[in-house]
Amino acid sequence: MAQLQAALPQRLRRVSVWALYAVGLIPATWGFWLGATGRLPGNPVKEFEHLLGLWALRFLIATLAITPLRDLFGINALRYRRALGLLAFWYVLMHFTAYMVLDQYLNFAAILEDIARRPFITIGMAGLAMLIPLALTSNRWSIRKLGRRWGKLHRLVYVIAAAGALHYAMSVKVVGAQQWFYIACIALLLAWRPLRPLFMRRKRAGAGGQRVTPDQI
Amino acid sequence: MPAYRPPSIPASEITPESIFLNRRHFLAGAAGLLAFGASSRSLARPLQSTESPLSTDEKLTPESDATSYNNFYEFGLGKGDPKARSGKFKPTPWTVKVDGLVSKPREFGLEELLSFPLEERIYRMRCVEAWSMVIPWTGFPLAALLDTVEPLGSAKYVAFETVVRPEEMPGQSGFFQPLDWPYVEGLRLDEARHPLTILALGLYGKTLPNQNGAPVRLVVPWKYGFKGIKSIVRITLTERQPPATWNMTAPNEYGFYANVNPEVDHPRWSQASETRIGEGGFFGANRRPTLPFNGYEQEVSGIYAGMDLKANF
Repeated sequence: MAQLQAALPQRLRRVSVWALYAVGLIPATWGFWLGATGRLPGNPVKEFEHLLGLWALRFLIATLAITPLRDLFGINALRYRRALGLLAFWYVLMHFTAYMVLDQYLNFAAILEDIARRPFITIGMAGLAMLIPLALTSNRWSIRKLGRRWGKLHRLVYVIAAAGALHYAMSVKVVGAQQWFYIACIALLLAWRPLRPLFMRRKRAGAGGQRVTPDQI
Repeated sequence: MPAYRPPSIPASEITPESIFLNRRHFLAGAAGLLAFGASSRSLARPLQSTESPLSTDEKLTPESDATSYNNFYEFGLGKGDPKARSGKFKPTPWTVKVDGLVSKPREFGLEELLSFPLEERIYRMRCVEAWSMVIPWTGFPLAALLDTVEPLGSAKYVAFETVVRPEEMPGQSGFFQPLDWPYVEGLRLDEARHPLTILALGLYGKTLPNQNGAPVRLVVPWKYGFKGIKSIVRITLTERQPPATWNMTAPNEYGFYANVNPEVDHPRWSQASETRIGEGGFFGANRRPTLPFNGYEQEVSGIYAGMDLKANF
C-alpha cells in the first residue's frame, strides 16, 4: 500500500482522482453520442439504458473492491473510492433518467405504475433512493459532521449492491452467464465483509501482534 | 519443320495455384448455390413470390435491423448473437418431418417447400419484450402444407420442433443452458389453418438468413414473436395441447396462446405500448400503442369467440 502512494507525487495523486471522474464518464458520453446520432443498432434506447445500468454495476463493484484489495493484496486505492461510488450514483441516476425520458417519454402514470407493480423496477428504484443520501453525504463536511454515524450510514452500499444485482437478474428473461458473473462478483465482495474481522485478526497476529491499521469499513 | 512445338508460356501468364484453387472453390460454391446447397447467409438466394392482400402497407423495418436484432437463444442470449454466432449453421440440406394424427405422414425436402406457391406477406411483428418490426416475409400458408398430409378428425393441435445441433448452434452447448432443447411450440389446429399463419422461407425477397430461422420458420402475426418457432424440423398433429418452451419455462409470464394483448401485461413490463425498431436514434423512435391481436383483430378474433383472453393469455 505504501508503494502505490509513494509512486505518485502528491499533486499527480489529486489529479488522478479527477482523471478518474473524466474517464468514468466516457462510456455514458460515448453511448449517448452513438444513440443520439442513430449509430446504436436495433433498439437504441434499450441499448443505452443497459449500457448505463451495466456501468453502474461495474462502478459499484469497483467501490466494494477497494477494501478487500487492500486487505488481501496490500493495494491501497482508498483515494479513488469516493469517485467510484459517486460514478456509480451518477450512472444509476442516468439509467433512471434514460428510462424516464427516452423510454417512457415522461409518461409519469406509466412510470409510477412500473415502480409500483414490477418488482424488479421497485427494487431498482429502492437502490437509487438509497444512493441519494450516500451521494449527498460524500463530502468531507458530512464525514466530519456525522462522525461514527457516517460509517454506519454508508454501509447502505451493501444493500444497494445487492439490490443492483437482483434488479439486473430479474430484468432479463433468462439469467445467463453475464448476469451470473455480476451476481457472483457482488456476492463475493459482500461475503468478504463478515469474514474480514477474522482475517484481519489473524493477519495482525501474524505480524507479531503489531497494530497495522485501524479498522475501516 | 517439327510436327509439334511445345507452347512456350511466359511465367507471368501462369495462374498462381491459389487463384486456380479459389476459382474451383468459387465454381463449387456457385454450383452449390444453384442446387440450393450452399449454406452461409452471404449466399442468400432471391425468391420469387406474388403480392398478398393480407400485407400491411406500413413502412418496412430496415433489413439491417431485422437481420441483426434477433432473439434466437440457440445462438446466444444477446440480440446480436444470432447474427454473430450462426455462421457455422447449415440450413441445407433440410427436411421437415410431418407426422402424428394425419393420413399421409411424410417428410418434405426444402425444394418441395419452395415449390409451394410463394407469397410475400408484409406483417407487423410484435415481440413479447415490447418492441416491434414490420417484416416482408416470403412463404406460404401453413394450411396448404397441412392439406397435403390430410389431418385426421381427431387432430386438435399442431406441435412444432426446432433442430438441435449443439455443434452448429453455440447457445445449445456450454455451461449455461437457458432453455430445454429442442425449442418447441404449438398452435390450435384452427390457428394453424388460419390464412394469416404462414411457413416463411425468406424475408426481404431472399432466403432466410440463419439468424432469422433458416431455412423454414413459422410466422403467426397476431401472436408474440416467440410463437414463431425457427429452423423447424418436425410438425406433429396431436389431440392434446402440446408443450411450448417459454410457457413451460415461466408459465405465469408466457401463456400457450400468447396472443398480442395490450390489456394483459407481462408480469415484469407493460404490454400497452411498443417501440418500433429501426426508426432512428433516441429521438426518431416513438412508443406506439399496442393493438389487440397486433392489429389483426378483425381477421382472428372470431376464432376466440367466447374465450376469456385474460385467463388464456
